[in-house]
Amino acid sequence: MVGRRTDGTPVRRPLSPHLQVYDMMQITSGLSIANRATGIAWTVGLLFLVWWLVAAAAGPRAFATAQWFFSSFLGILILFGMTAVAWFHTLGGVRHLMWDAGYGYDLPTTYRTGRAVLIGTAVLTVLTWFIVIIAWG
Amino acid sequence: MSDTPTRVPLQSPLGRVRGLGSAKQGSHHWWIQRVSSVALLPLMLWFILSVATMGGKEYAEVVAWIAHPLNATLLLLSIGLAFQHAASGMQVVIEDYTRSEMVRMAVILAVKAACALFGVLAAVAVLKIAI
Repeated sequence: MVGRRTDGTPVRRPLSPHLQVYDMMQITSGLSIANRATGIAWTVGLLFLVWWLVAAAAGPRAFATAQWFFSSFLGILILFGMTAVAWFHTLGGVRHLMWDAGYGYDLPTTYRTGRAVLIGTAVLTVLTWFIVIIAWG
Repeated sequence: MSDTPTRVPLQSPLGRVRGLGSAKQGSHHWWIQRVSSVALLPLMLWFILSVATMGGKEYAEVVAWIAHPLNATLLLLSIGLAFQHAASGMQVVIEDYTRSEMVRMAVILAVKAACALFGVLAAVAVLKIAI
């Protein structure tokens, strides 16, 4: 993008993080972009929480409509997706906080924590829905 | 690019940058993003576990759960922090990928307005049930 130096001369600066120059299939860059994607997905997913709360406040009829949607095939698919998104962004966030604290920058550790985030997301998502099924039953 | 007129700098390098620095606010946005993420960690664990055990519950049971003072408090904190964290996270993504300054400002303000709207809406819903 075009910016200006402090002396007024124009300068063409790169956008960051660049989408074209990195190989997104690597676990490092792949998980980085996935952390952003899940952040955006969770932001949109917050709207379902708002709907659920407003429906509960509006009364039994509105709540029944929301409940009907959330127990439909599409609703469960969305909730399952949101569970995975929530766990990924939470675990990815912990990984980022670890980096912010100055730990785990070497490549073997980066790969290890990256795999841990993926495995953790899968395990915790299944575990969460295990609890849902037990509570539902 | 090349035919853009260039101002001849007459100021000293120090004079040029004075007043353009972060003025000790440069890391504020970044820091608040970390603080809200740390605060959201226990809240999200509580929220996911609570909602997971709520599948198939009756309307009265759900409303009674929201109305409990502890649950209402934690819900209000979660809503406030989640929308604050979402708005500032979305702002960074928009800043990274939007070229036009006007479009960037408009989209960021629209996202912040939406986050404020839905955040207050969710909070009012919780307060209506709890109070």
